[in-house]
Amino acid sequence: MAMATPLPSDAGTDAGVRSRARPGPRQPLSTAERMLAVFSYFLTVYRRTWRGSIIGRFLSPLFFLLAMGVGLGSLVNDRVGGVDGLPYLQFVVPAIVATQTMWVAMGESTYQVLGYIKWNMGYHAMLASPMSVRDVLRGHFLAVAAHLTTATTIFMGVAALFGGFRSVAAVFCLPIAILTGLAFTTPIFAFTARQEGDDGFNILFRWVVTPLMLFSGTFFPVEQFPGWMQPIAWVTPLWHGVEACRDVATGAVALGPFVGHVAVLAVYVAVGWWLAERSFAARLVP
Amino acid sequence: MVLGSVATVTEDETLLSATGLTKTFGDFTAVDGIDFAVRKGECFGFLGPNGAGKSSTMRMVGCVSPVTSGELRLFGLDPARHGPAIRARLGSCPQRDTLDEELTVEENLWVYGRYFGLSRKEVRTRAAELLDFAQLTDRAGDKVEPLSGGMKRRLTIARSLINSPEILLLDEPTTGLDPQARHVLWDRLFRLKRSGVTLVLTTHYMDEAEQLCDRLVVMDHGRIVAEGSPRSLIDEYSTREVLELRFDAEDHQDVAEQVTGIGERVEVLPDRLLVYADDGDQAAAVVHSRGIEPLSALVRRATLEDVFLHLTGRTLVD
Repeated sequence: MAMATPLPSDAGTDAGVRSRARPGPRQPLSTAERMLAVFSYFLTVYRRTWRGSIIGRFLSPLFFLLAMGVGLGSLVNDRVGGVDGLPYLQFVVPAIVATQTMWVAMGESTYQVLGYIKWNMGYHAMLASPMSVRDVLRGHFLAVAAHLTTATTIFMGVAALFGGFRSVAAVFCLPIAILTGLAFTTPIFAFTARQEGDDGFNILFRWVVTPLMLFSGTFFPVEQFPGWMQPIAWVTPLWHGVEACRDVATGAVALGPFVGHVAVLAVYVAVGWWLAERSFAARLVP
Repeated sequence: MVLGSVATVTEDETLLSATGLTKTFGDFTAVDGIDFAVRKGECFGFLGPNGAGKSSTMRMVGCVSPVTSGELRLFGLDPARHGPAIRARLGSCPQRDTLDEELTVEENLWVYGRYFGLSRKEVRTRAAELLDFAQLTDRAGDKVEPLSGGMKRRLTIARSLINSPEILLLDEPTTGLDPQARHVLWDRLFRLKRSGVTLVLTTHYMDEAEQLCDRLVVMDHGRIVAEGSPRSLIDEYSTREVLELRFDAEDHQDVAEQVTGIGERVEVLPDRLLVYADDGDQAAAVVHSRGIEPLSALVRRATLEDVFLHLTGRTLVD
């Protein structure tokens, strides 16, 4: 019997290039290689779990679509002739496109992340390799962005079949929705890295996600609120995502406000990212 | 087979060295200014009870925890500046398995190889070799979750070898495994060492340290209290043999004075007396001749446990 060997054989190594599978100093990985290495882990996980997750991804926005767009929508359309001249479905669908990214972001940035920190320690495994905290975050954010892309694409496809969009220009909702999702993802990552258990997540659901969904102009314009309440919406990322998506989908883009919405979302992503790097480093590299 | 051709190295090349290595967490000093050096090809151990600072030391050596003060060098490089470059050449088995239990055995290896920049093709080849080495080939396509503790450990070790590391770090490699699984693992580690991989391990099992380590340091309260080969430590800090005496007594302290003067030294444990003597049988004869009647008398060879007891006044595993 041939002795099992722990040493690399020559087979499988690429001729010419010095393989990183060989002992000795190695060629460092490029930033993109490191990000993709981490991303490929999440892709491997997703290949195993996509069936389960896709059902949830589909159903809850679909329920909202049916209940709000079709059910509530017919009432609104009959009584007041839609919202600002738009059929209610076309008013609410772009907003749900933005809102469901918040749910996806919550789903991907809470228990999952705490699991990699605390339970299966997947981040620790990565950090024992040449990966740094920054690489881990980049790769994981890319994976969340991929989730956001799939979820939003699917939802938009279904909504389009229901007649939820007024014009083809609605496809530009996709990048805005992804940005909106990331505006939640990066700060929630930072938050999660400071949690010991899941108590914080319940607070997040009850006091952040739910109120945001209700008061960010998703189901009715924030102008329905008294004037003093409206500025609250202006500082939340969801309102900006909702407004930007709605503008694009209805073809009513006013350049100034639109750039403002996108800029606020980008600031959320950037600040969240910065905070996440700090809290990850504090937690994972003690 | 390829390890020897890596570079022109001399046998006594130091791969890892620490001077005044210190780790503090707030007010707590986990590692208190330790010095050590590990040469290429040897198996070097940190022996000590839980809380001695072994794991903190290992995390610094693994470049996953920054050094508070002192100097640490791996392959001549400073972890603070060259962490990724060093980790690219290390294998690391943490105390707790960090496998993804939802993935299959081979997927765990494939994914991990990518972190080291191995191509898809290289990863597949390497994974197959390592599964063979870890005796897990027939479980390659199974999920990790239902595997036994010993298999998961072997998979962790296989995974840590994916990049052909020059140094393999093992933090408590066999803690929690049954004796059979431990022996399988020791056999694998022994083969690794024979193939030229430098092993650095922590353990609180003296038999593990004796089995595997060429050289070790004994740690207690963040400090190194002794250093040497298992044999030399026993020679230096213990007699050749130990006579273990058990009495029908509530407190063995009470019967300790009866054996005063027998052997070189007597240690009192809650449940037995340890009489240190180069000739245990002769010491037993003296006990008998004094008319002392223990419940049992056992002569055994001295171990690292005795070294630790002598150095710290405590046993390794409570």
